[in-house]
Amino acid sequence: MIILDFERPIFELDSKIKELKNLNTGDLSIIDEIKRLENKQKKLLKNIYNELTPWQKVLVARHQERPKTSDYVRALIENFVPLAGDRLFGNDQAIIAGIGKFRGMSVAILGHEKGKDTQDRIKHNFGMPHPEGYRKAYRIMDIADKFDLPLLTFIDTAGAYPGVGAEERGQAEAIAKCIERSLQFKKPIIATIIGEGGSGGAVALAVANTILMLEHSIYSVISPEGCASILYRSSDMAQEAAEALKLTAQDLMQFRMIDDVIEEPLGGAHRDPTSVMKSVGDRIRIALANASSISSPKEHRREKFLEFCRNYELNG
Amino acid sequence: MNWLTNFVRPKIRALVGNDVPDNLWEKCPKCEQMIFRKELEENLQVCPHCDNHMRLNVNSRIKSLFDDGDFTKIKYKSSVNDPLKFKDSKRYSDRLKAARENTKENDAVVVGYGRIGGQKVVAVFFLFEFMGGSMGVAVGEAIIAGAEYAVSKGYSFLVVPCSGGARMQEGIFSLMQMPRTVAAITRVKEAELPYIVLLTNPTTGGVSASFAMLGDIHIAEPGALIAFTGPRVIEGTIREKLPEGFQLSEYLLEHGMVDMVVHRKELKMKIANILSILTHKKATSNQE
Repeated sequence: MIILDFERPIFELDSKIKELKNLNTGDLSIIDEIKRLENKQKKLLKNIYNELTPWQKVLVARHQERPKTSDYVRALIENFVPLAGDRLFGNDQAIIAGIGKFRGMSVAILGHEKGKDTQDRIKHNFGMPHPEGYRKAYRIMDIADKFDLPLLTFIDTAGAYPGVGAEERGQAEAIAKCIERSLQFKKPIIATIIGEGGSGGAVALAVANTILMLEHSIYSVISPEGCASILYRSSDMAQEAAEALKLTAQDLMQFRMIDDVIEEPLGGAHRDPTSVMKSVGDRIRIALANASSISSPKEHRREKFLEFCRNYELNG
Repeated sequence: MNWLTNFVRPKIRALVGNDVPDNLWEKCPKCEQMIFRKELEENLQVCPHCDNHMRLNVNSRIKSLFDDGDFTKIKYKSSVNDPLKFKDSKRYSDRLKAARENTKENDAVVVGYGRIGGQKVVAVFFLFEFMGGSMGVAVGEAIIAGAEYAVSKGYSFLVVPCSGGARMQEGIFSLMQMPRTVAAITRVKEAELPYIVLLTNPTTGGVSASFAMLGDIHIAEPGALIAFTGPRVIEGTIREKLPEGFQLSEYLLEHGMVDMVVHRKELKMKIANILSILTHKKATSNQE
């Protein structure tokens, strides 16, 4: 189990409660003590998680045990058929693609996949796509458009992969084309930022009619570390950069760059993956129902993005 | 000719007067030869010795491309100023103010229209000297305004990026200029108007990964850095020396990302020719 530094007091209580429970005596004083500790733990969780700093949110958003795109697909999509390859070069595992049924409705699915354990993470290149990932994505958009399938996307990437092969094969062009294809897509697109929304590599899958964001996820033009090393000339300043970039779901909601924030269970999505995946499913269903009344999702999407940053005033 | 420019002319100049300013000469950063500044200007900032394409300011570029240098600017307005109230070692609002004072421009682009070889064109030029030509909300609005003008008038659309990418100080606002500018140029394309991108040094990051890589035709200036991730970041990630010429125009041509690499002196003719071929339908319908 991975424990973030600021979560340590919670886990200390966790283990104490467990110890007491293991004693398994009918002793009333012990039962009382367990109750007391459980209340204390709940309060502590609430206090810590209600006041996460932007940097702490970055850490939660990147938490290894946070549910990944593959978890959402498993939990929310029936009869999932994974689809592979860009028909040009290869099959990029950093982006998962496929078709299936979402609560009875035929849909297409795209999402960044970071992977679970070390081996899995290497296989998925830590969720950092190469051009062939984005080219697979727009191939899936072609299929979805042809067969009138709405598109669900899940965003969770530190960014597109910065490497020689990626540049050689046209990373910039692949991302640009993916954005362009999204803006031509006829059916509704619902994007959910489930962890990290890193830069252009995230935007490529997030040009949607409805953009949902988990409470402790982030979305930013550059990673706090990258920003710190460029603007502050020191990667030690990442915490400050995280504050300055205003990258939390709450900031983005205030900027009207996203449509809704999905609450996470107390202690973050990694503490109760099942319940968070269910609420994501519920919100996607509502978003799809709302989108069905839009006469042209394509025009709606274009207008929505053109209107971003306009008529905007920061409260306070 | 070289002998004349290199040896005779400087000697004559030296004899003629002593009131010469210090910056009469410039050293080419590539071949390290001294170039007479006036000659460099006449040569559109291209080194006469090694053809190194140095940065050309927007006014000279406009003069070099547009018929009689006629170019009517289109006004654009940023809807926000410093949306994040961003501050690193300096306040972003102070950086903006300084850049505006230095460049006498509102932000990192100039938009307008005129004729190139008789063809009507709306053009967007990036100013590298304005915060590295970085793309924030104002730049996005300028591209949108230019694209909308092109569509409303039926003009061709030319964009000349010279940019390090997104403007970090505007955070998510700058990131959103990627889909916003793509939405704008999508409408130019759907109106079946030519969309040409002239890639200059540098074109990287969020600029290359949006409107700049979506032209009907991509022209690159020789030796320009065109990339998604810049070489220093890649080197830092993989800890390897990069191959020579990596991410330069000629490399992109070889890898199929641009249509042609064109010398600055030939750009006007090339663009005019392309436009006259692509807009043949309009030319015939005008004659009817």
